[in-house]
Amino acid sequence: MPDVTKTAPAVEETAATPSAPDTATAAKQDKARSLWGDAWADLRRNPYFLVSSVLIVLLLLISAWPTLFTSASPTTGDLVKHYVGKPELGNIGSEGWLGYDIQGRSVYARLIHGTRASIAVGILVTLFVTVVGGIMGMLAGYFGGITDAILSRITDIFFGIPFLLGAMVVLQAFTERTTMVVVFALAFLGWTQITRVMRGAVITVKQADYVHAAKALGAGTVRILFRHILPNAVAPVIVVATIALGGYISAEATLSYLGLGFAAPTVSWGVDISAGVAAIRTSPHILLWPSIMLSLTVLAFIMLGEAVRNALDPKLR
Amino acid sequence: MGRYVARRLLQMIPVFLGTTFLIFFMVYSLPGDPVLGLFGDKGVDPATLAAKRHELGLDLPIWEQYWNYMTNIILHFDFGNQIRNGRPVTEVLGDAFPITLQLAAMAFVFELVFGIGLGVIAGLKAGRLADNAILIFTLLIISIPVFVLGYIIKMVFAFQLEWIEPNVSNDQLFSEMLAPAIVLGGLSLAYVARLTRTSMAENLRADYMRTAVAKGLPKSRVIGVHLLRNSMIPVVTFLGTDIGALMGGAVVTEGIFNVKGIGGVIYESISRREGTTIVGLVTILVIVYLVTSLLVDLLYAVLDPRIRYA
Repeated sequence: MPDVTKTAPAVEETAATPSAPDTATAAKQDKARSLWGDAWADLRRNPYFLVSSVLIVLLLLISAWPTLFTSASPTTGDLVKHYVGKPELGNIGSEGWLGYDIQGRSVYARLIHGTRASIAVGILVTLFVTVVGGIMGMLAGYFGGITDAILSRITDIFFGIPFLLGAMVVLQAFTERTTMVVVFALAFLGWTQITRVMRGAVITVKQADYVHAAKALGAGTVRILFRHILPNAVAPVIVVATIALGGYISAEATLSYLGLGFAAPTVSWGVDISAGVAAIRTSPHILLWPSIMLSLTVLAFIMLGEAVRNALDPKLR
Repeated sequence: MGRYVARRLLQMIPVFLGTTFLIFFMVYSLPGDPVLGLFGDKGVDPATLAAKRHELGLDLPIWEQYWNYMTNIILHFDFGNQIRNGRPVTEVLGDAFPITLQLAAMAFVFELVFGIGLGVIAGLKAGRLADNAILIFTLLIISIPVFVLGYIIKMVFAFQLEWIEPNVSNDQLFSEMLAPAIVLGGLSLAYVARLTRTSMAENLRADYMRTAVAKGLPKSRVIGVHLLRNSMIPVVTFLGTDIGALMGGAVVTEGIFNVKGIGGVIYESISRREGTTIVGLVTILVIVYLVTSLLVDLLYAVLDPRIRYA
C-alpha cells in the first residue's frame, strides 16, 4: 500500500488531486518509483553502466565544446604534414599524435570536431522515432480493434522496406544533405521498431488492475494514457531507443561512407572513413582512428541500453 | 491451421501493395530525369524527350504508372526494362541475384552455427567467465559498423598477413567469399548469440526442465531437445527478419570486397535514378520478407506445441 507520508512527491500528489482516482495514481506512482529506484540502485553498481555513462558524458562534452579539446582547425591542412606526421612509433608524442590525413589536416582535430555530427544525428533521430513510434504504438495498443489493424498494417508497410535501402532512396532526393535531412532519412523508416515495442508493452499494461480502477472511477482516456499507461509501458521503449541510438550513429556513418550522408566540407567520422579508404594501404591510420571513435561511441550507447535493460528486467540475468 | 494461413495471406495483400507503392512513390519523386540522362550533356529537343517519355509511360500520373507496373509484374512477371540500356530488369537481377544469394546463404549458415553455438555456451554458463567473455565479444561486434569490420578484416588478413585475396574475382570462389560472408553475417551472429543466451538462461529455470532432469534423462537430451527447442522462438523470429537485412547489408559488404552482386546494382540504380530496377528489387525483397515472416509464425507451432493456430 502506498504510504503517502513517506516522501514529499507523494504528499504533493495527494494534495494536488484529492479525488477518488487518487488511490490508483498513488499506487502507480509508488510502484513506478520503486521500479526505477531499484533499477537505479542496480545501475550504480553495474560496471558496464559506469563505463558507458562516462564515455557518453565525455562525448556530449566534446560535441558541445569541441574547442575545449583541440585548438587545431579540422579544415586547414598543410600538405607537407601528411608525409612527416605519420603516426609511427617514433612520432608518438610529437606534434599530431594521431597523424595527419591526406590533405595534411590533423586527424585528432577532425575526430574531435566530427563528434558533433554523429551525436546530433543519433540523438535527433532517436527523439523523432520515439515520439512518432511511441504515439503510434500507444494508440494501436490501447484502442485495439480497427485502430490497431490500420496502424499495424501501416507499420508493416514501412517495416517491409529494408532500412538502409529506404534511407538511401530518401537521401537521393536531397542535393544538400544537412543534419536535418540525414535525420529525416533515418527516421522515415526507423520508427516502426519503437511502434512494435510500445504496442506490445501497452497491451500488457492496459490489463493491469490500476487501469481498470482508473477507468471505473471515470478517468478520461487522455488521463489514463498519459498518467497510467505511458509511465508503465515506457521502460522497454527506453531500452530499445538507447540501443537504437547507437545503431543510428552507425547508419549515418554507413550512409556517409557510401557518399549518401554527410559530404565534405562537413566534418564527420563517416566522411573521414570514406576518405581514408583511398589511402588504406599507405596510411591506414586515417581510416583507423575515426573507425575506432565511431565504434566506441556506438558501443557506449549499446552498453548503456543493455545495462538499463538488465536493471529494469532482473529476470534476464 | 489452413484458416490461419489463408487469413495471413489475405493480410499480406494490403501490406504488399502499400510497401511497393511507398517505394514506387519515393523513387519516382526523386529529382533528376532518367530520360534526360540518356542524352548526356548534349541536350535534346523537347519533342524527342516527350516522345521517349511517352514511350516509357513516364508521362502518366503516378497511380497509373504504378497500376501498369504492378499488373505487368503479376500477370507477365515483367519488371520492366532499365531506362539506360533497355535491358529487362529481370535479366539484370537474374545475373546479380544468385551471387548475393550465395553470399547471404553463407553468411546465414555462419551466423546460425556460430551464433547459436556461442549463445548456448553463454546460456549454460550464465554469469560465469565464458558468459562474460561472449557478452563482451558480441557487444564489440554489434558496435563495429559493417564497413569498418570489412576494412579491418581486409587490412589485417589481406594486406598484412596476405591470407586472403582483398577482392573477390568474377568466379566467386567459395574461399574468396568466406571473408565477405563473415563480415556480412557478423552483426547478426552477435544478435543470434545474445537472443539464444537470454532465452536459454530464462528457460533453464522452467518447470519442464526440472521435470526432464528429475526423470533422469541424459544431459544431452535435456539440453538438446527440451531446452534448445523451447529457446529457439525469439531466435527464429530474428532469423526470419534477418534474411531481408542480409540482402540490404550486401550493398556495403559487396562494395568493400568487390562482389558483383545485387549490392552494386542497387547502388548504381539509386544514383542513376533507375526507378524500375530499385522498385523491382524492393518488390522481390518485400515478397521474401512477407513469406519468411509467415513461415516464422508457422514454425512457432512446431517449436512450441502449446502454440495453436485457429
